[in-house]
Amino acid sequence: MSDVVKLDELDRRIVVATQAGLPLVAEPYQQVARALGTTAEEVMQRMQRMLESGIIRRIGAVPNHYTLGFRGNGMTVWDVPDEKVVEYGEKIGALDFVSHAYHRPRFLPEWRYNLFAMVHGTDRDELQHKIDAIAGLLGADNRAHEVLFSTRILKKTGLRLVS
Amino acid sequence: MAMDKIDRAIINNLQGGFPICDHPYAVVAQQLGIDEPELLQRLQRMLERKQLSRFGPMYHAERLGGGLSLCAMRVPESDFERVAEQVNAFPEVAHNYARDHEFSMWFVLGTETPERIEAACREIEQATGYKVYNMPKKQEFFVGLRFEV
Repeated sequence: MSDVVKLDELDRRIVVATQAGLPLVAEPYQQVARALGTTAEEVMQRMQRMLESGIIRRIGAVPNHYTLGFRGNGMTVWDVPDEKVVEYGEKIGALDFVSHAYHRPRFLPEWRYNLFAMVHGTDRDELQHKIDAIAGLLGADNRAHEVLFSTRILKKTGLRLVS
Repeated sequence: MAMDKIDRAIINNLQGGFPICDHPYAVVAQQLGIDEPELLQRLQRMLERKQLSRFGPMYHAERLGGGLSLCAMRVPESDFERVAEQVNAFPEVAHNYARDHEFSMWFVLGTETPERIEAACREIEQATGYKVYNMPKKQEFFVGLRFEV
């Protein structure tokens, strides 16, 4: 389990004020501070601390794969031996066409897959080549795999972590 | 919708490491060889065109003390719309995707406490009549952070 870092009231208000995005103005931290009735120095210091403790993973742009022309996006799921899932997860997570990879629980007998990787390509042909590359990397330890394409977005409000 | 070289440079260079200082956009603009108003304008435009999903800090749900999980359901086509509506009505459901598989509905739950995840799963099962397969990550492998465009 990850460590939970204790946040005080002002930290939480900073999270609420910035979880949807940082203002696109010359002095964004100043603007957040003004809205919260504090100083830019205070906001910057606290965000720096949250960055260092891992509460903030990173600050930057989140590209949207779909609109950027990556038409072949698939959630690939793999059944690999449990004792090797970390080794393979790290290798697959490091591939430049994989945006994230996770070890998740199986639900036998209905769901046998324990390793998930989001794979992105410009089209489904390219995606298939990339999936073949992962299969090659796993060799005989790839006991089964599938690709689940998203056919529709049913909801996308995004995470609201603190309200 | 076309992106030029500068848009691509912004996306490729700004997926992390945005500075915390008085004039952060000016600092980044200088690194990219453009001026601050142009950077702000381009970010604004890429957000409006949804080439960027968002711009700002990405928070770590679990370290904030909340719960986060990926859940799946096996919903037949004939019942899909009704179930989608019932699942989407839960405020804890952040995203929900239809996928071409027997496990046809995949949604992300984000809750204020870790305990609330299980409770929300049970409530969704009661509302819909379908089993919720709760698949929280056991470990995350997040090396490939950057995405080249």
